[in-house]
Amino acid sequence: MGPQDPAFVKDVNSESSSVSSVSTTAARYEAVIGLEVHVQIKAASKVFAAVGTGYGHEPNTLTDPVVLALPGALPVMNKAALDAIIKAGLLLGCRISPVCKWDRKNYFYPDSPKNYQISQYDLPVCLGGEVEIELPGAARNVMGEHKRIPLTRIHLEEDVGKLSHGTIDSLVDYNRAGTPLMEIVSEPALHSAEEAYAYLTSLRATMIYGGISDCDMEKGQLRCDANISIRPVGEQKLGTKVELKNLNSISFVRDGIAHEIRRQIALVERGGVITQETRDYDGMTGTSQSLRSKEEAHDYRYFPDPDLMPVAVDEAWKDRIRATCPELPFDKQRRFLEQYQLPYTLTSVLVWDRALADYFEEAAGLCGKPQAAGNWIVNDLLRELGNAKTTLAECRVTPRHLAELVKLVDAGMLITASAREVFAEMFATGEEPGVIADRRGLRNAPSDGGELEQWCRDAITANPKALAEFKAGKDSAINAFKGPVMKAAKGKADPKAVDETLRRLLAVS
Amino acid sequence: MAETPRIDIDHVAKLARLALTPEEKAVFGSQLAGILARVEALGRVDVSGVEPSAHAAAVNNVWREDAARPGLPVADALRNAPAQRDHMVVVPKVVE
Amino acid sequence: MAVPLHFQTLAELAQRLTKREISSVELTRSVIARTEAVESSVRAFNSRDAADALAQAEASDARRAAGQSRGPLEGIPVGLKDVIAVKDQPMTASSRMLADFISPYDGTVTTRLRGAGAVLWGRLNCDEFAMGSSTENSAFHSTSNPWDLTRVPGGSSGGSSAALAAGEAIATLGSDTGGSIRQPAALCGVVGLKPTYGLVSRFGLVAYASSLDQIGPMTRTVEDAAILLGAIAGHDERDSTSLRAEIPDYRAELTGRRGPWRIGIPREYFGAGLDPEVGAAVERAVEHYRGLGCEVRSVSLPHTEHCLDTYYIIATAEASSNLARYDGVRYGHRSVKAKDIVDLYFQSRAEGFGAEVKRRIILGTYVLSSGYYDAFYLRAQKVRTLIRRDFLDAFRDVDVLLTPTSPIPAFKLGEKTDPLAMYLCDIYTIGVNLAGLPAISVPCGFTGAGLPVGFQLIGRPLAEADLLSAANAYDQVHAWGRKTPRL
Repeated sequence: MGPQDPAFVKDVNSESSSVSSVSTTAARYEAVIGLEVHVQIKAASKVFAAVGTGYGHEPNTLTDPVVLALPGALPVMNKAALDAIIKAGLLLGCRISPVCKWDRKNYFYPDSPKNYQISQYDLPVCLGGEVEIELPGAARNVMGEHKRIPLTRIHLEEDVGKLSHGTIDSLVDYNRAGTPLMEIVSEPALHSAEEAYAYLTSLRATMIYGGISDCDMEKGQLRCDANISIRPVGEQKLGTKVELKNLNSISFVRDGIAHEIRRQIALVERGGVITQETRDYDGMTGTSQSLRSKEEAHDYRYFPDPDLMPVAVDEAWKDRIRATCPELPFDKQRRFLEQYQLPYTLTSVLVWDRALADYFEEAAGLCGKPQAAGNWIVNDLLRELGNAKTTLAECRVTPRHLAELVKLVDAGMLITASAREVFAEMFATGEEPGVIADRRGLRNAPSDGGELEQWCRDAITANPKALAEFKAGKDSAINAFKGPVMKAAKGKADPKAVDETLRRLLAVS
Repeated sequence: MAETPRIDIDHVAKLARLALTPEEKAVFGSQLAGILARVEALGRVDVSGVEPSAHAAAVNNVWREDAARPGLPVADALRNAPAQRDHMVVVPKVVE
Repeated sequence: MAVPLHFQTLAELAQRLTKREISSVELTRSVIARTEAVESSVRAFNSRDAADALAQAEASDARRAAGQSRGPLEGIPVGLKDVIAVKDQPMTASSRMLADFISPYDGTVTTRLRGAGAVLWGRLNCDEFAMGSSTENSAFHSTSNPWDLTRVPGGSSGGSSAALAAGEAIATLGSDTGGSIRQPAALCGVVGLKPTYGLVSRFGLVAYASSLDQIGPMTRTVEDAAILLGAIAGHDERDSTSLRAEIPDYRAELTGRRGPWRIGIPREYFGAGLDPEVGAAVERAVEHYRGLGCEVRSVSLPHTEHCLDTYYIIATAEASSNLARYDGVRYGHRSVKAKDIVDLYFQSRAEGFGAEVKRRIILGTYVLSSGYYDAFYLRAQKVRTLIRRDFLDAFRDVDVLLTPTSPIPAFKLGEKTDPLAMYLCDIYTIGVNLAGLPAISVPCGFTGAGLPVGFQLIGRPLAEADLLSAANAYDQVHAWGRKTPRL
């Protein structure tokens, strides 16, 4: 971690102590960060129970004997959850285990009905893999450095219920209990808060791209815990790690990690020792505190779940899933840069929304003008969608319409100002641009300079009074010529061209 | 195993969330020591090359399609709950 | 003198019901009256609802009148061990932990029994959470053996065997993890079958040891067991360990296969600890098979001496995890003494569980705990593979194995106070659960003191039809299960 590190630069700006002494101190240490991310899989039913999933439902309305762990209840695996985690593994370049199994993770907690969680211990679905991240570039329009952060594993497990706390008691809602959950564990290979931020945005985008999860952190569909340690630069041995929890947004993840790194450095510099503990981060105050210290590390007493059979994943299954895997955002971005010669900033807006990227490609393919199509999309289309609070799926402007519009402008049939009018109406009505342009008389005549020049001469000749006024200094007199010119052009002359031509001729009359 | 392992009853009872009286600890402790003394004999069985039987039959890939079935109505879900409020189960305050 | 309705066999009653000689209401009334008469002595039930049973019987008679009889079980009162879920009925597992629990759902066997038209009758006593061999571990009361009220009916399905023997039910369902159907059947002089692991769904069965538990029929005759098994066996999508196997018509197959069978006698099962009178009665059963022309040969199951230890590691490990859900949070006993959430678990479980259950939870937690998993649990699972191999090797040369079911006849209530002594009751039955095989206990006589004795037949995986017909070859002639105790 050095002075150029963006996270560090940010930290220094918020410190009150002198820049140079803090920067020298921090430069002596390297932060080592591992992230455990839980991602809820989008599925109609829970991972081991056949009841529905969902968020925001009335409490305890998504339960059955299996979810509630009533006496006699038994788990049955949801195939779609397996398909989803295999897909996630393929997208992230993991090795898919030929055989994986289910284990019981035994611990007592009110949100865990069985007081064991069905999870995977030694034979998870996915091993290895990596997440490609991009760090902020030197400037906003320049691509930043790319890194590939290795993963340890991804496994499938069940989510727990939700606790809410009153003053003297707590309430438990089991609607979330049993929802399929992927646990994605990274190697301790991140070295700054900014890298962690980049990791999460990339991971999130991949999951959304793959249709695996909506990753809405407010709905608990993506949760992140961080393990953070520091060590002197050059030291190979890892320092004592601290687990940081309650990082409720991607920004809080970054801020919490940055805060913890500072805390650890400050502690060590004071001669203190880092204790292995779990800390709770408060995003609103930007502080953390030690959770009630656990007496001992959990002994989860993992053993193979006798109620569930192992899963054998063969090549045919992987092939079927592979066929549904989309191109990933960074790959798409590289392709857009190369294939369409788009500027970096434009691709950055397009590729992180799969639907938007697909829309762009369709339009670009139809009009052959990717740059223009891209600009219309990221400027006008996104603005209109935002103002109208509509989604791309609901948008009335189809890629074909957009392509048509681009072609009209490119052929000089519409000036940009007119095109904007047409676009606005396209957005409202969904009609074709050509139809709108014709109805509103916005289409330019083919701009034959000769014809226009003649109409202008004729208009000037026909109105000597206006000519005299103009030459006497009354600029608005020029408007008297425009009417007859437009009439001669049957309203289809480019007003700008008319004005230019008249002025040119008037200058030498 | 060189010697009979003694069960650390306090530790195990804690893991199992069982509050035992001192009498129970003493009685269970010695009863279980007796059982363990026998069970030790398993250490002498030759299990080289033997796979553990996690399941009776070696079947893989038992699953169901992703379809939601109607669950329990809230009243049924909570009918045996010792304490409930607003359709949720009430427990003493949990400090996280 | 006519045999009272409540002592007749399922098969006989089914025929009489079909012929309209009797009605289900009559039959159920007979069973209820008998229960009222003897229950204070036998104490087989935890609870029962006579009005509900009669309502079911009326519905059955109405179905039959409309030509919609569902088969041989239509209108037959069947008792259920208090570990099988029946919607809106208590399910206590004979534990204080579940003393007030009412099940909001039906287990699969319950659904199938309803589908077969049976009259579900009562909740039968057992050892708490099915842990025990005498039903003395019930938190509520012990059950008496109808053949000698000072003695135990066996366990853990002691209520199921006693009720059946006493005429308080025409047939019952029990559950068997280490012998809990077969041993009480032998001690009470009735038939008890543990199916191949996975043949009968466990959905709705209070779990004790998931890889060993099975629900099975307890009846007066082997023919009755075949009928009842046919109603409950078969794949269930709600139980991932449930096997996809074709279910034959077990009853029809009884006479379809007449043997002779090659009978294996495991020499390790006839050694020290076997009561001489039990040994003699079992020997006489062997003679019967010889008389039928069966080849009888000695076989060896070399890992027999390790069965008990292997069982007690695996069963308690799984139980410690299965019983973690009993915490007083969503259901079950919650201690009023609990000051905070941590206390809630410790106190509720301490108050809710009895001594044997606590012992097994502790042992099970221990064998899974950090540092001990490899030495105990993993090792036990490997020895289990060897135990199963022993049986399958033996089945290369024989068709069924014949052993005593229990080494001793029914012992006195309160006699066995040492847990280890109690565990030894299961030495002949336990290996079968570890191997996942089907086995049946068939009554084969009485001791001089008038206590029932049973022999066990063990079959190949999914060979219930063979097993039942081999058992029937003895039972249809001797029919010891038709004898009734004087109460």
